[in-house]
Amino acid sequence: MCTYLTEKISVAGSGKGGCGWFAGREAIVYVDHPVHAPYTHTINIDVLNPSLGPAARVALELTEETALALAEAIHRVLAAAPAGIASGNQ
Amino acid sequence: MVSSLSDVERVFRAGHGRAVADQRWPASGLPPGSSTDGSVWASPSRAPDPSQREDGIMTDAMRAQTITITGHGGHEIEAYLARLVDAVIGGRGSVVVIHHMPGYDAATKEIVRRFAVEGYLALCPNLYSREAPGAAPDDAAAAVRAAGGVPDERLVGDVAGAVAYLRALDDSNGKAGVIGYCSGGRQAFLAACSLPLQAAVDCYGAFVVNEAPEGLPTPVRPILHLAPSLSCPLLGLFGADDQYPSPEETAKFAAELERLGKPHEFHTYKGAGHAFFAVDRPAYRPEAAVDGWRRILDFFGKHLGS
Repeated sequence: MCTYLTEKISVAGSGKGGCGWFAGREAIVYVDHPVHAPYTHTINIDVLNPSLGPAARVALELTEETALALAEAIHRVLAAAPAGIASGNQ
Repeated sequence: MVSSLSDVERVFRAGHGRAVADQRWPASGLPPGSSTDGSVWASPSRAPDPSQREDGIMTDAMRAQTITITGHGGHEIEAYLARLVDAVIGGRGSVVVIHHMPGYDAATKEIVRRFAVEGYLALCPNLYSREAPGAAPDDAAAAVRAAGGVPDERLVGDVAGAVAYLRALDDSNGKAGVIGYCSGGRQAFLAACSLPLQAAVDCYGAFVVNEAPEGLPTPVRPILHLAPSLSCPLLGLFGADDQYPSPEETAKFAAELERLGKPHEFHTYKGAGHAFFAVDRPAYRPEAAVDGWRRILDFFGKHLGS
């Protein structure tokens, strides 16, 4: 299905896509058909900078198990690192 | 096999183009051999080979290229056109292909070329032209999703522009149909309820009947209330394992068309889910897709023929 379900958040940081490194400004997360992953549906994550055009994009297409594992891994490494070390207010 | 003309202009040697039959929708409101329970007419009804030019010579050369058309609001948008080079007596029917939500991609362009091989003037407007001109299809789809999707009004305007372009071609017989896949299935029905067309095909479009999930940023709303304005016969092809649309939703859809006396034919394939026509995805179901193509060509042959 085309779920249309989309979560959009602002992000601060950088990503590397087909056009090289760029400053990411927003991220969208959705469940829909992947372009490349060999599944009918995946969790898709795009980090974008709309001001730089559509090619300013880092894309992920993950199974739900691996997407959740990624989220947990992010939580684990942040919990293990000194508090605030990677904060936007460091 | 292929002569390269430019980056966007190529000539293909394809299979022989097939004529479209001039069979009228019967007074019963149903196609010959069909019933309202989803069964279909028994045999293809294509006319004889179209190679009946006045000079008796017909080639299967095809031209496929990116063009610019005028879409909603007078905006210039990108579109992909495919047509057989040789003209036929009586002209050709037109098919507007509405791409799926993942975008104006290689697989969709292949579908456009398939319709040209079958003898139609085929055109797919890039619904993401405005937000992402020249972008890779997947990047364009992501950009449009982030921007909130394609508004229904704009979709209708872009399809209207595509239909007008095709009908103005010298080789047009004036008849035009629309086909859409996935989100384009809903949009095909929307277009057929908004524009004067001769045939429409909805391939597993969701949210025609049911409400979309809460909290969507995209303007997707049920459009079954538009059914009284449906301008042409509708063919619906669905998967029994699909949940969006589910068989229950498509049954409600069919029941409303039946109540309104709108010519339609729905078929739901067992063992198939969403996107069973997509040859580049795991959802591909060869039996359903092959039979679906047969039904589509038969349907367009009946309604778009000269």
